[in-house]
Amino acid sequence: MNIGKQMKRGLLTENPAAVGLLGLSTALAVTTSLSGGLGLGLCALAVLVLSNTILSALGPYLPKGTHTVSAVIITATLSGVADLVVQAFLPSLAGDLGLYLPLLAATCVLLNGAGAFAYANTVALSALEGLFRGLGYALVLILTGIIRELLGKGSFGEGLLNGGRGLRVFPARFAAGGMVHPVGGFLALACVVALVQFLSARRPGKRKEGTKG
Amino acid sequence: MNEQFFSLMSIALGAILVGNVVLTQLLGVGPFLGSSGSLRTAARMGLAVTLVMGLTAAACWPINAYLLLPNGLKHIETAAFLLTAVLLVELLDLLVKTLSRSGKGLPGGALPLAANCAALGVVLQNVQNGSGFLESLVYALAGGLGFLLVIVLFAGLRERLEFADCPQSFRGVPLALVTAGLMALCFTGFSNLSVFG
Repeated sequence: MNIGKQMKRGLLTENPAAVGLLGLSTALAVTTSLSGGLGLGLCALAVLVLSNTILSALGPYLPKGTHTVSAVIITATLSGVADLVVQAFLPSLAGDLGLYLPLLAATCVLLNGAGAFAYANTVALSALEGLFRGLGYALVLILTGIIRELLGKGSFGEGLLNGGRGLRVFPARFAAGGMVHPVGGFLALACVVALVQFLSARRPGKRKEGTKG
Repeated sequence: MNEQFFSLMSIALGAILVGNVVLTQLLGVGPFLGSSGSLRTAARMGLAVTLVMGLTAAACWPINAYLLLPNGLKHIETAAFLLTAVLLVELLDLLVKTLSRSGKGLPGGALPLAANCAALGVVLQNVQNGSGFLESLVYALAGGLGFLLVIVLFAGLRERLEFADCPQSFRGVPLALVTAGLMALCFTGFSNLSVFG
């Protein structure tokens, strides 16, 4: 399988969040700021790469009937490790993520399809698949986070840049507070999913014929 | 007795309207968007999620109280609950497949139902709040009923959206997300509701 095609699948045409509708609960809940989206996106990326690698390496030695259960155990354990690492080294991020940090386990089991790809492919391919799907998921989270933080708080990168204060784009009193509430999450995610659909439908050099309406 | 009944009712109403699982707590958005194409699929999905949430909460409470807490295994609670949910739902799927006349399993497949954030999230909240068995069960079932209410309402809206005239890129999921956002806005109206004090 060619790597460019695999990348396009993971990032655009089969983007796990925008097209597969997986892990959307988390994508909506943690993206009130760039730091939340980035933090959880990177956790998911790490867990996906590691779990896909381990599962595809173990695959041939596991009895067929235990595939799903092994995938759940391994992915949940890795997510548990990620959870503990974030709690230990980034306690403020862990506080922001709250309930959704342990829920990473459920999200990642869905994102790697309980090892459906990993069991059927080689270790290298599975690691790449995990990388691209994780990147696709992380990108959606990061974009949504940027939009919501910018419109909802008027800042960029709070908790990350400028010694944790973030860059002020416009004064906070002009910000649309609703964007950091669930409403804003749905609206911002809608825009990001529309962007992904737009980019996936675009063919280089030749425009897709628009249908009526 | 009366007091306990009122406290359970207030938990239930809170989970259905004030802190709706999907629109306020943002749990289980995947099946909410994925299975709301028609009223029929939405109702089936809502019932399945309610059943799964109730069963998972009922199974995880004793596991937490009698297995994890006494042995100091708090750090593996998420993995244990997720595994319990997956095994339970696989069993339930087999049962439904055997009993139903059409031979079909649960809507949406066993794994997506088991690993959806609504079931696991509610169990984790119950553990965090230190709820008793009955409270946990009522909270989970009411959360599922809240999901059922919202997904049925949403399916009704989505059937109308089929004919909407919108930009090509916004067709399908993005438009559904915007609609869900407006529904979430409506549900903030319930945020100060308190019936039983």
